[in-house]
Amino acid sequence: MARAIVTVTQTAKRGDVIEIRTLIGHPMETGFRVTGEGARIPRDLIRKLTCRYNGDIVFGAEFFPAIAANPFVAFHTIATESGTLSLTWEGDNGFAQTETVAIRVT
Amino acid sequence: MSRIARRIAAIALAVAGVAHAQGDARRSGFDFMSPATQAMQRDDTSNPAMLWVGDGEVLWRAAAGRAGKSCADCHGDAKTGMRGVAARYPSYDLTAARPLTLAQRVDACRVRHQQAPTLAPESRERLALESYVALQSRGMPIAPPDDARLAPYRERGEKLWRARVGQLDLACAQCHDAHAGERLGGSVVPQAHPTGYPIYRLEWQSLGSLERRLRGCLFGVRAQVPPAGAIELVELEVWLAARAAGMAVDAPGVRP
Repeated sequence: MARAIVTVTQTAKRGDVIEIRTLIGHPMETGFRVTGEGARIPRDLIRKLTCRYNGDIVFGAEFFPAIAANPFVAFHTIATESGTLSLTWEGDNGFAQTETVAIRVT
Repeated sequence: MSRIARRIAAIALAVAGVAHAQGDARRSGFDFMSPATQAMQRDDTSNPAMLWVGDGEVLWRAAAGRAGKSCADCHGDAKTGMRGVAARYPSYDLTAARPLTLAQRVDACRVRHQQAPTLAPESRERLALESYVALQSRGMPIAPPDDARLAPYRERGEKLWRARVGQLDLACAQCHDAHAGERLGGSVVPQAHPTGYPIYRLEWQSLGSLERRLRGCLFGVRAQVPPAGAIELVELEVWLAARAAGMAVDAPGVRP
């Protein structure tokens, strides 16, 4: 499993705009590169990042070959209620990883 | 004096004032980076090297080898036990009878105390442990040991630093001493102080050690590149540590 770092403000007031910062370890191999011997390096990309806030999708992103390795994505959402943010990365070769963080809204 | 000449003189004075105020013309590679890359390093939530640091923390506590011991079993909490350690490397090792870099010392510890195999150079595990230990020295001054046994290695390292090598016939010093701050193609030539290693280099898209950087530079001047772990590279590291003595460690750094 890849290592992911998700940073969210742990507590927020209702209606606040909160920032979610995500970083995940992944080679993001484009499929266009070749080794020194000329063999093609197979494509291995994260294709999708989805953020669910208590089950509702609040953010989604599609990834393509031009995204760097170990992609960093930061985005905002509005704090509505206490609960969990769940982030799912999906990609080639059955790559799937989910991280959840709790958030307390006052 | 024309207005332009006066302005240049004023700027020169201001620059000299800054250098004088700090009493040190040495600059970390960090200072030569773009503000965006600096911001990336400054914030641990965006510094990709922290992915390796996280792995290193897990490895630190994981039992390894036939001895079944973890790093933490002997050294305790790295936050206290490893504070300032990375700032002292390369250090002379009695058993090996030569200086070892931090990563080589980790390997030596694995073989001697954990009875585990060494880790491959530039492997994820080795960089993870190295970066986790290096992080504990963040902000501390680079403090090469005052050890007479290091002196011959340091001298050979300095000789290598000043020796023209490769088809391009360039010495390290010609770029990094004489032309630091100027540009090589689109990139700024830094002063080559090893403050941030292991670094997450954007060009590599990965974490890498000082050894990798040195080998890359030697390849760049089309010199014969010493193999990983070669004593010449350690000698260069000993010299670079002496040259950067007193500068603050900013590991794990991000570099362009």
